[in-house]
Amino acid sequence: MTQHFVIVGAGECGARAAMALREQGFGGDVTLVGGENHLPYERPPLSKEGMLAEVFAAKTIATAERLAEVGVAFRGGLQVAAIDRGAKRLVGGNGTALPYDKLLLATGASPRRLPDVDGERFVYLRTMEDAQRIRDALNAGSHIAIVGGGFIGLELAATARRRGADVTLIEALPRLLSRGVPEAIARQIEARHREGGVELVFGDGIAAMTSGADSAVVTLNSGRVIEADLVLIGIGAVPNVSLAAEAGLEVDNGIAVDQCLGTGDANIFAAGDCCSFPLAIYGGRRVRLESWRNAQDQGSLAARNMLGANEAVSSVPWFWSDQYELTLQIAGLSDEGSTVVRRELGDGASILFHLSADGRLVAASGIGVGNVVAKDIRLAEMLIGRAARPDVAALGDVGVKLKGLLAA
Amino acid sequence: MAEWIEACGADDVDEEDVIRFDHAGKVFAIYRSPDDRYFATDGLCTHEQISLADGLVMDDIIECPKHNGRFNYKTGEAKGAPACVNLRIYPVKVEDGAVFIEV
Repeated sequence: MTQHFVIVGAGECGARAAMALREQGFGGDVTLVGGENHLPYERPPLSKEGMLAEVFAAKTIATAERLAEVGVAFRGGLQVAAIDRGAKRLVGGNGTALPYDKLLLATGASPRRLPDVDGERFVYLRTMEDAQRIRDALNAGSHIAIVGGGFIGLELAATARRRGADVTLIEALPRLLSRGVPEAIARQIEARHREGGVELVFGDGIAAMTSGADSAVVTLNSGRVIEADLVLIGIGAVPNVSLAAEAGLEVDNGIAVDQCLGTGDANIFAAGDCCSFPLAIYGGRRVRLESWRNAQDQGSLAARNMLGANEAVSSVPWFWSDQYELTLQIAGLSDEGSTVVRRELGDGASILFHLSADGRLVAASGIGVGNVVAKDIRLAEMLIGRAARPDVAALGDVGVKLKGLLAA
Repeated sequence: MAEWIEACGADDVDEEDVIRFDHAGKVFAIYRSPDDRYFATDGLCTHEQISLADGLVMDDIIECPKHNGRFNYKTGEAKGAPACVNLRIYPVKVEDGAVFIEV
């Protein structure tokens, strides 16, 4: 009998998994279920260059023709209400039932929401529609308040300035990007935003947010009142775990999977932003990654493991952000490091290498104009993956090619 | 009409590396393989038009610096998501210490 593999979530991870099943030679049926009506599309441009066009034009990950060509059935606009594990079927919100032999949950994450905030001037960014709505408000003379100094908030701040809007960004902590980005790099990004004309407010929290007659009104703990045409809230994301939790699967900061992305149910896997997994290169530490590359890598890996490969996650965490002309790239987990070595590449570009107490390279964080740090960060990623203990002097010396250290 | 254009000096490209060459509004990438041969492809990734010369060359593969799309730079073939459209490749010759490509 023909096997039926179903993937819930048609973002980067789910779409990649569907394509990878075919690339791996799976001959059964594949159904890709998306909650949105759109074909799978790329999300990184939503906070970046996609915002600069008059109408947000999504970049499709897989066209309808391509999906048809490889034999992936796409079910858009389908809200899955429950997983009936005993009967091995999904129950749709409209009462439809979708049987599966193996199931991949690639349900992603949703913006973390502030309680008691409601009104059309308060927005979160996750979908194409969100992006278009925000884009429509970013005009010369408009005033945008951004809550949260993480990547979404900062990328939107840079984009808003490029569109001529005034921007006030409010961060409760004393600096930007406190999660996962070294302070030296965060300060460089901070300086660029100030130069770009963003007003940065640190160490102040939100006391209240209300809708005024013609504006949104944000009152800070300090008593300061900020009026804005639009308030963008970017305070992180929470994994979409309700389907899994209600089906009795373990949840631990995401759907808890093993190193092969398997859940406690042998027929159900989870991958991408929605899952937490043990990462062997950091001693089995359980992490959840919200990054484009992780979604891609785990989509492919989940597909292979649904077919029985039993491969463990081995990729090194990696992500990037574009703000103004700057690109930041980070490989590895910098909080695992105790020593930092700096490599200056010139023109303000630099890389920080983070080493553990026993000399192992655990992370590299780079920033510069365009893709100037990309090659070295990629090489650092390989060194991290190999648990290399590179020579500290060589890491700091721009005259020493990192590629040479790979051979060492 | 195809013509041979001088792209760079043979020593301008390190072994197992890549550089960018712009000509007539187009971007090319010139590669030197580990066995000291030269190759040329379109210089922008077919996924999002990122300059491949900032990317990493490993063996026969050029990897895009932005989203890690991969291509075989000797054949132009797309080898890894998100890149799915092949790169065009161009004939290369080395004469008197200079690299020429036929465009």
